[in-house]
Amino acid sequence: MSVAVVGAAECDLGVTGLPVLTLQTQAITRALADAGLTPRDVDGLATNGIGRFATTQVAEYLDLDLAWSESTFVGGSAFEMYVARAVQAIEAGQCSVVVISYASNQRSARSRSLGAVAEPALPEAQFEAPHGPLYPASHYGMAAQRYVEVYGHDRTVLAAVAVAAREQALLNPAAYRYDAGPLTVDDVLDAAPVSDPLGVLDCCLVTDGGGAVVLTSLARARDLPRPPVVVLGYGEATTNVSTAGPDDLLATGAIASGRRAFGRAGLTPSDVDVVQVYDSFTITVLLSLEGLGFAAPGEAPGLIGELALNTSGGGLSYCHPGQFGVLLLVEAVRQLRGECGVRQVAGAQVALAHGTGGILSTHATVLLGVDR
Amino acid sequence: MNADETIMPAPPQDPVTEPWWQATRERRLLLQHCASCERVQYPPRSVCTACVATELGWQEAAGIGEIDAWTVVRRSPGPGFDPPYVLARVRLAEGPVLLTTLPGSGPYRCGQPVALTWRPLSDGRRLPVFAPLE
Repeated sequence: MSVAVVGAAECDLGVTGLPVLTLQTQAITRALADAGLTPRDVDGLATNGIGRFATTQVAEYLDLDLAWSESTFVGGSAFEMYVARAVQAIEAGQCSVVVISYASNQRSARSRSLGAVAEPALPEAQFEAPHGPLYPASHYGMAAQRYVEVYGHDRTVLAAVAVAAREQALLNPAAYRYDAGPLTVDDVLDAAPVSDPLGVLDCCLVTDGGGAVVLTSLARARDLPRPPVVVLGYGEATTNVSTAGPDDLLATGAIASGRRAFGRAGLTPSDVDVVQVYDSFTITVLLSLEGLGFAAPGEAPGLIGELALNTSGGGLSYCHPGQFGVLLLVEAVRQLRGECGVRQVAGAQVALAHGTGGILSTHATVLLGVDR
Repeated sequence: MNADETIMPAPPQDPVTEPWWQATRERRLLLQHCASCERVQYPPRSVCTACVATELGWQEAAGIGEIDAWTVVRRSPGPGFDPPYVLARVRLAEGPVLLTTLPGSGPYRCGQPVALTWRPLSDGRRLPVFAPLE
């Protein structure tokens, strides 16, 4: 493909006390500065989660002149989908510089709730919400319970994912849990239960935060200050909106999404040096790694602590601002540029970012590589 | 009891789902049945997802199934719910999967056979819930 990521940045993370448009502005202007560009260069914007008309909201605030905008709203995988759309728009000549951004102040604003979000006019309000699911935790809890039963595991394989995420966060000064010290399997098992077998330490953080990435043609990218990170492939899958919807909870949309992305890139999982998969919950990581082909069904626990995975500390220990997808991309780009200091994966050439949205509802995979 | 139906708002219904909800008053669990292609589907919708037929009838479920997955909900999703309680996906003998609840606080096991029972709502309708057969 002929499109590259040329800029990447986070906004302030954690508990910021800042308005969401200020956080969006930080993410976008920092990513553009990283790219050696300004808001005047931007003619494409993809974002969501800020008012009903997210792209227009941000465009007016920053006085952007957009020839292309995109606001697919499908949870945390949207940002990996935006990469695909941005590549297509740039290759088609509709726009030349795309910013993909996201920010949330959910921690400061205390806007996160545990309950169902079913709208009264939709079927889930009639056929799911009356039974009292935690949304999204109960869906992941059921997937986790089935996972451990079907494959003969126990909760420790889930806990190990949280332990590994914390180990990475201790290497990342930007991580919410950077100073929190290591986590043990027993810490995770003993934490307050949420939706069995998931406890609170199996669940991602609730923080402010966000980030942005900037894409343009590879030809232009080679004239910009940062080493280009080339988009090698992308794929996505949309599976279910309800908990009863999927036929098999353990066969997620990561299977089709990953197959499409690897197929488009002409790569296989063995070609990937560093993996960023959405860790909304510990179970999400295991199911995603298996769906993407890094391990056979039931065998992803053997990769935890071995694979170069979620090097930022992930949604579990670094940052989770409601939708984590854009930060998967930011970390993947930084790893490929060799900017990650003590957590750098030596010589990383190919990175995978895999977003998941809703209740394993949507899946999108992006493969990125250094410019050869 | 996993929810206090005197507090929990009665679920909405609509013209497509009204026959399904009315049948719950008689303790009958309905599935949509397509006369054109024999597909059985749940929840009710305005089209057969197999053959796109829009004339859909109803068939009564036998009320037997097995646990596909389950979780103990430990925190309340909102007013009217009193954790802990067991939420489950139950696969009916006819094929469709329902989200429902099981009595007590477990443990259960995936694959365990269950049978239909009912929980009353304040307006006379009922929620289909399940209990172990064993």
